[in-house]
Amino acid sequence: MKAEARRALRSFAIELLLYGMLIAGYFLLVLHLLGPSLSGIAKNHIRLYALLAVALILGQSIVLEFVTTWILRLLRGRSE
Amino acid sequence: MIAMFFPISGVEINPIYLAVLGFLIGLMGGFFGVGGSFIAGPMLRVLGLPWNFAVGTDLAHIVGTSVVAAKRHRALGNVDLRLGLIMALGTIGGAEIGAQSIQALKRAGNINFVVSVISIAIYSSVAVFMIWESFLTLRAQRKGGRKTKDQKTKSKKSDETAFQHITSKIHRLQLWPMVSLPVSGIKSISLWTILIVSFFGGILSGFLGGGAGYIRMPLMVYVLGVPTHLAVGTDLFEIIISASYGTFSHAIKGNVDILIALVMQTGAAIGAQIGAISTQYFAGPKIRLAFVPLPLIGAAIVLYTLLSGHKA
Repeated sequence: MKAEARRALRSFAIELLLYGMLIAGYFLLVLHLLGPSLSGIAKNHIRLYALLAVALILGQSIVLEFVTTWILRLLRGRSE
Repeated sequence: MIAMFFPISGVEINPIYLAVLGFLIGLMGGFFGVGGSFIAGPMLRVLGLPWNFAVGTDLAHIVGTSVVAAKRHRALGNVDLRLGLIMALGTIGGAEIGAQSIQALKRAGNINFVVSVISIAIYSSVAVFMIWESFLTLRAQRKGGRKTKDQKTKSKKSDETAFQHITSKIHRLQLWPMVSLPVSGIKSISLWTILIVSFFGGILSGFLGGGAGYIRMPLMVYVLGVPTHLAVGTDLFEIIISASYGTFSHAIKGNVDILIALVMQTGAAIGAQIGAISTQYFAGPKIRLAFVPLPLIGAAIVLYTLLSGHKA
């Protein structure tokens, strides 16, 4: 049981590390590329901004769900 | 890492704080079926966002968290799609009224004080009620004798509450149209009961932000009689629809900084997966008892911002 818990914890730590690196790159992309253009749309076309806000959060969550599941599967596959 | 400027709301926040906050909220969301607004809203206030932005941005973030957690719960068989779709209708109606109230308070200029006081009252009431109910249920279970390992496994998803008699009376109300929810184990219940419960949750969702899972999840268990595991998963599914609508509505009113929500969601995605998987290992009353400190923490944070005048 202890060995199993240790293995799970190690997989989780590796997952966090991999995910952290992906996210660091993503932060730069989102904040630097999307920031100014989204701010402009929010000021001038509020309805378009509202639609984009919903689409972006839904789209990102689907992609991130896929990425986290993929990393989990990858690590589980290795540990088995 | 230094603080970064978010041009839509005009605030500077360290993105790591946002991702860590998102992770914690995601963890709770996956486990308790709540959006975590009672923590996220006050924490966004502490980080410097005005209430109207905290409410709208938190709602956008909740959409993302709910997608990840609901997908995981669906795989575990914890989502009643029919109930979720009916509840979404009531929630959307209530959320619009809540959002309009926020606008009225924004115009009157006393939004921070009023929303703070109401949120403290609601969060505290929910926590006190759930402590009392979970304690009663667990005591009744102990009196009923210890269960065998087999019984424990069987009853993990079928649930018991101290308000079973009230729930049965609500199920017997013959207010047409009646609906059947076989996935939740409900033979017959009035459509109006479901709509009233979700409408009430919707008002709080639009007014205080978030998906209002802190009120709807307990109402689903105690009033509608949905087992806790199913209430958690169904609530998350319902939140995707209602919070998407709420995000759109708040964004039009200029209350959403989507960049902040996107950064928070990066942490929430992984937290939600872990939280959802963890529900398999706990029984209903224990999940409800573990839920208790969360609204209390939210109330404490709001009280702190109110008393200290922190970034008000």
